[in-house]
Amino acid sequence: MFLFILRRILSIIPVLAIVALIVFMMLHLVPGDPAAIIVGDNGTLEDIARVRAQLGLNESLPLQFWHWLLRLLQGDLGHSIFIPQSVASLIGQRIGPTLSLGLLTLVVTVLLAVPLGTIAAWKRNSWIDRSLMATSAVGFSVPAFVVGYLFIWLFGLHLHWFPVQGYTPMAQGFGAWLQGLVLPSLTLSMVYIALIARVTRAAVSEALTEDYIRTARSKGISEWRVLMRHALANAAVPIVTVVGIGVALLITGVVVTETVFAIPGLGRLTVDSVLSRDFPVIQGVTLFFSFVYVLVNLLVDLSYLLLDPRIRY
Amino acid sequence: MTSMTTTSSSNAAAAPVLSVRDLTITLPHGADRPHAVANISFDVHAGKIVCLLGESGSGKSVIASTVMGLMPEGLNATGGQVLLAGRDVLRCTPEEMRRIRGAQAAMVFQEPMTALNPVMSCGAQVEEVLAQHTSLGRAGRRARVLEIFGHVRLPEPERIYASFPHQLSGGQRQRIVIAMALILKPALLICDEPTTALDVTTQAEILKLIRELQSENGTAVLFITHDFGVVAEIADEVVVLQLGQMIERGSKEQVLTAPRETYTRSLLDAVLELEPADRPEVPYSYPLLEVQHLVKTYESRRWPAKPRIVQAVSDISLRLHAGETIGIVGESGSGKSTFARCVARLIEPTSGDIFSDGRSVAKAGVRDLYPFRKVVQVVFQDPYRSLNPRQNVGESIIEGPVNFGVPRAQAWAEAEELMRLVRMKPEALQRYPSEFSGGQRQRISIARALACKPKVLIADEAVSALDVSVQSQILRLLDDIQRELKIGILFITHDLRVASRICDRVVVLHRGKVVEEGVAKDLFLAPQSDYTRTLMAAAPGRGFRFARSQ
Repeated sequence: MFLFILRRILSIIPVLAIVALIVFMMLHLVPGDPAAIIVGDNGTLEDIARVRAQLGLNESLPLQFWHWLLRLLQGDLGHSIFIPQSVASLIGQRIGPTLSLGLLTLVVTVLLAVPLGTIAAWKRNSWIDRSLMATSAVGFSVPAFVVGYLFIWLFGLHLHWFPVQGYTPMAQGFGAWLQGLVLPSLTLSMVYIALIARVTRAAVSEALTEDYIRTARSKGISEWRVLMRHALANAAVPIVTVVGIGVALLITGVVVTETVFAIPGLGRLTVDSVLSRDFPVIQGVTLFFSFVYVLVNLLVDLSYLLLDPRIRY
Repeated sequence: MTSMTTTSSSNAAAAPVLSVRDLTITLPHGADRPHAVANISFDVHAGKIVCLLGESGSGKSVIASTVMGLMPEGLNATGGQVLLAGRDVLRCTPEEMRRIRGAQAAMVFQEPMTALNPVMSCGAQVEEVLAQHTSLGRAGRRARVLEIFGHVRLPEPERIYASFPHQLSGGQRQRIVIAMALILKPALLICDEPTTALDVTTQAEILKLIRELQSENGTAVLFITHDFGVVAEIADEVVVLQLGQMIERGSKEQVLTAPRETYTRSLLDAVLELEPADRPEVPYSYPLLEVQHLVKTYESRRWPAKPRIVQAVSDISLRLHAGETIGIVGESGSGKSTFARCVARLIEPTSGDIFSDGRSVAKAGVRDLYPFRKVVQVVFQDPYRSLNPRQNVGESIIEGPVNFGVPRAQAWAEAEELMRLVRMKPEALQRYPSEFSGGQRQRISIARALACKPKVLIADEAVSALDVSVQSQILRLLDDIQRELKIGILFITHDLRVASRICDRVVVLHRGKVVEEGVAKDLFLAPQSDYTRTLMAAAPGRGFRFARSQ
């Protein structure tokens, strides 16, 4: 068991190394001189030379990678070209809003999607099931920015229930923090809820056809317990797997949602740095998101050990 | 048995625990018949075991689930009564039914492998019954569960309590299910083919346990089975069902030794005896297949854990001649299926050699195995899953020959011929597997295997999933085909009676090793090893004289 956990943790090293290589190559796969592209059309030759020096572009490629990697291992993600700050500190400043948004979305999603999917599976082909599945199809197909602006129009401009834009840190009060995040989280969770609800429905309805459900019912235990302790517990592995994979959806969603709601998070930082071609920042943010994704899926893998006693690697 | 007679005499006048009266259950529209069961009536008294006997599709399991209030969706009880201790369960609300289940009526199921929740410890699953129906505290519940675990003779109750189902054997799991069903001493116990999925030796133990516990508590038992051996072993009374109709009802002795109805008689005729059939001597010829010292080990090497090595098959040798049937007999885990897969070269043996026509194929690569694939063909156990459901029967059959370069038209014509050989109509080639019964599908599987004109047929538990009457038809068919085509058959089975019926030679396997081998007749009349004797003694219904037409 311990050996498995160790092996699984070690196995993320090569994954991260490959990610690092791809992120590093991003800069060099752009056609033309990256320094010239960064500086843009109005840059002078001196600007280009300055950027080249700052990015270390005058060295050979493998040497550049080596130096970049060494700095990376020390936690040094480089410096932004336009803002006089290190990439690490930029990420540090923006991480609060994004983390709040992401975690709240995750909680909202799991709390809504898993019960909805379970009910849909339990009452299969009933009107509840049909309407839930139809709604989730809508959730899938409407893009986040449309949902976001609709929410802003209805709940912000019309009903004045929630602020239209911006972010209030938790330090200024939990209520204000939560109120500011309700609309963005709901927007972001739409696709995610649709996905998880569907996977939950499929997994639970499969579990419900198993023999042990009949055994459980023959014991005379309540239907609630049959659903929770027997069906859902057995459906947990696929659900958790998709929750983990869905974090990728969440990351893409964050970029759009933060833009719509003007939240100063990592998503906005990503968009801004892409627009200004601030390569060190783009690389830093990409690396950070990849790391989070790999970490989440590591946790998902390890959670299998708790969820299913048959899994013993 | 003495306790049985006393309980029966004292209960003779008492009201039955379960009384099913004129029960009719309607099937949804579009089913192959209007009623799942029609006008079924029988009583189960305290301390008695009533067997519902019938082949697949007879409606016996539907009756069981109706009594438990667990009828599958789409089925409706449209007539009659099911009185449990005088109360009609058909008129109970779901909540009332829930209170009855587990406390007054409990059930033991066919598949111990899937009947338990895999992610919940065995102790917790039994404790759940107590938590639902009693007001016992946590410690009290635990003590009761440990007590009943000891009572159903589970070793080390403490360890079993914390174990998960996958860590236990099939027999142990079935004991858990029995413990779960009997912990509240219900008045009625329903057993739905509780031993069908178990090995014979385990089956004998479980039947003994059910009998003991039921006579100890005076439980009324409704026992569902298709196996006459089990009926002979355990029943007091028998109800024979066919396609939802009650054919015959009576005491065990009457139904099994002097049946009134022809259907019952035909079922009894199909029961196989554990007596070797007279088989003509196999003329000497060069062996079709020779297996020398075959070994198969499985290793799991996953760094940094220690490697685990499991020896599935150790050192088996045999020679199979034209026109000969060799039975490979063993319980689950004996390595018989692994051996069959090695011989068919579906998997690669670890060491040892296999010769076909004098050529070694044990280590041959995919390309070199090409001619060998024509020589050896396999018929698998489950006719419901071994045919591609999206391909019509003809396509499935000609796939092999076409692959070996036979023109389609010719392959199709040969397939029509094969259908006649397996006693089916050539028109069946155009239809899909789902349109056929289990027995028909197994005929199709045999036709498919024969399409490549093999010299050796491996039948891996080929008749185990079939009803007895169908089983004997398929065995007869295999015999006829062998006589006509002079093929060698390697017959893998756990069932000694089947083996005794069809085999010339028998090899008995236990834990991957050969414990005994020899000419079928000698082996069954005078078994040499203790293990073979145990297997033979465990066969249910042994020594019971069933009625025979001939």
